[in-house]
Amino acid sequence: MTGLHNSVTAARGEIQTVVAARRLSSARSVFIGVGRPSTAAILARTVHNPALVLVYESGTIGAKPTRIPLSIGDGELAATADSIVSVPEMFNYWIQPGRIDVAFLGAAQIDRFANLNSTVIGDYEHPKARLPGAGGAPEIAANCGEVVVIAPHDPRTFVEHLDFCTTIGHGAGAGTRERLGFRGAGPTAVITDMGVLEPDPVTKELVLTQVHDDVNASDVWERTGWDLHVSDALVRTDPPNEEELSALRELVAR
Amino acid sequence: MAELASLEEAISELLRDGDSVALEGFTHLIPFAAGHEVIRQGRRDLELIRMTPDIVFDQMIGAGCARRLVFSYGGNPGVGSLHRFRDAIENGWPHPIEIEEHSHAGMANRYAAGAADLPFGVLRGYVGTDLPQHSNVKTIRCPFTGEELAAVAALRPDVAIVHAQEADRRGNVQLWGIPGVQKEAVLASKCAIVTVERIVDELEPHAGGLIIPGWVIDAVAEAPGGSQPSYSMDVSDRDNDFYRAWDGISRDRETFNAWMKEHVAA
Repeated sequence: MTGLHNSVTAARGEIQTVVAARRLSSARSVFIGVGRPSTAAILARTVHNPALVLVYESGTIGAKPTRIPLSIGDGELAATADSIVSVPEMFNYWIQPGRIDVAFLGAAQIDRFANLNSTVIGDYEHPKARLPGAGGAPEIAANCGEVVVIAPHDPRTFVEHLDFCTTIGHGAGAGTRERLGFRGAGPTAVITDMGVLEPDPVTKELVLTQVHDDVNASDVWERTGWDLHVSDALVRTDPPNEEELSALRELVAR
Repeated sequence: MAELASLEEAISELLRDGDSVALEGFTHLIPFAAGHEVIRQGRRDLELIRMTPDIVFDQMIGAGCARRLVFSYGGNPGVGSLHRFRDAIENGWPHPIEIEEHSHAGMANRYAAGAADLPFGVLRGYVGTDLPQHSNVKTIRCPFTGEELAAVAALRPDVAIVHAQEADRRGNVQLWGIPGVQKEAVLASKCAIVTVERIVDELEPHAGGLIIPGWVIDAVAEAPGGSQPSYSMDVSDRDNDFYRAWDGISRDRETFNAWMKEHVAA
């Protein structure tokens, strides 16, 4: 086991987390949900950006967790926060005015314009699977400076049509966010365990711009439910360095 | 002025079948003991209101207390699904329930409007999504700027139930740590019940403490450990192992029933 864990070869899930953490190198603040987004944000604070302000939906602003919380309101988040606010204050005074730079969101389904479904699979009245629902996502995605979506690259996730639109990313493409009066720039990246998709600057359709490890563009295309375009400037992800990987593994092991 | 009562008396006297009842607590200070008392007293046809249904509503729904659910996030945080919530919506077990779902921002503003005795709350929200088709959201034009905004109806539950760290003998309540939307829920409701970890002679002001005066509360009941497996900051820790274990307990109807019989019914 020791040999495996000390190996500098990172698993793809680890690369995904490391890539997400790198996106926060120069951010002032990040809004985070539970799971991989939280791991990435804590890693970013540890390795890249010690001043990064972690904001959790529960109302903890400037939390400094040393381990990965299970919920967004774990005791350590409240105990280490600069400020703890009520839920109405969080949404009305902090998110709605666009005070948070980056939001990390997940979803069960994502379409080509990075719109998200976290409500139902199947028909709304008779769902095949009832998912948790919106939570804070619609307003977070509308108002935070930018949105980074973190999701596993699975054909069930990357779909041609959402069963339900919970959260607008880029809507029907270029111009939607402006028409709807949204404050933030919307999704700037979708980080998966295979690579990174970014919106085309003109059309806002997601384009594959980066692949991790030994993944090929055709592998990603096969696991995407629409005819995914590949950037002419496709790059291979810089593998996690030793500092990133050891910090991540130490964090996960805690 | 709040009366000090036992939890059993408070629920028995103040909550009726068919009532709308909000149990709040955002990850922290979730009123589990009160939810279990409602189950034990066999309340039925309740409209259950809660931003994050969590395990407590999973239990109440699975036990057959709910006619309707108003919520914004029905998951087991960090773990996955709430299986009793899903079974009720997907398969109508133990009976079908109506749902009304919102975003967190919408629910927070609905409570704040209720607390302010306004007819609705206003926010920039829901725009462009499929949520308005399945929820109670309208648009309103700002009379000053002309901007179109979302309007959400005020929440005015019959009863609010929240949990706090402590109360004094006159029923003044103090809570600290993550305050969630409890103060708004208490002030928005026609009747409020607060369970507390301990009753003290005098409240010592706590850093970051939020005090809810006893004269806006109907009953205060001592319920030590009453937020477990959630937590009460500086009193108890969140039982993350139980949140993980609940996934297995709640997945199957028989296992759920057996667990409830053993741990809640008694």
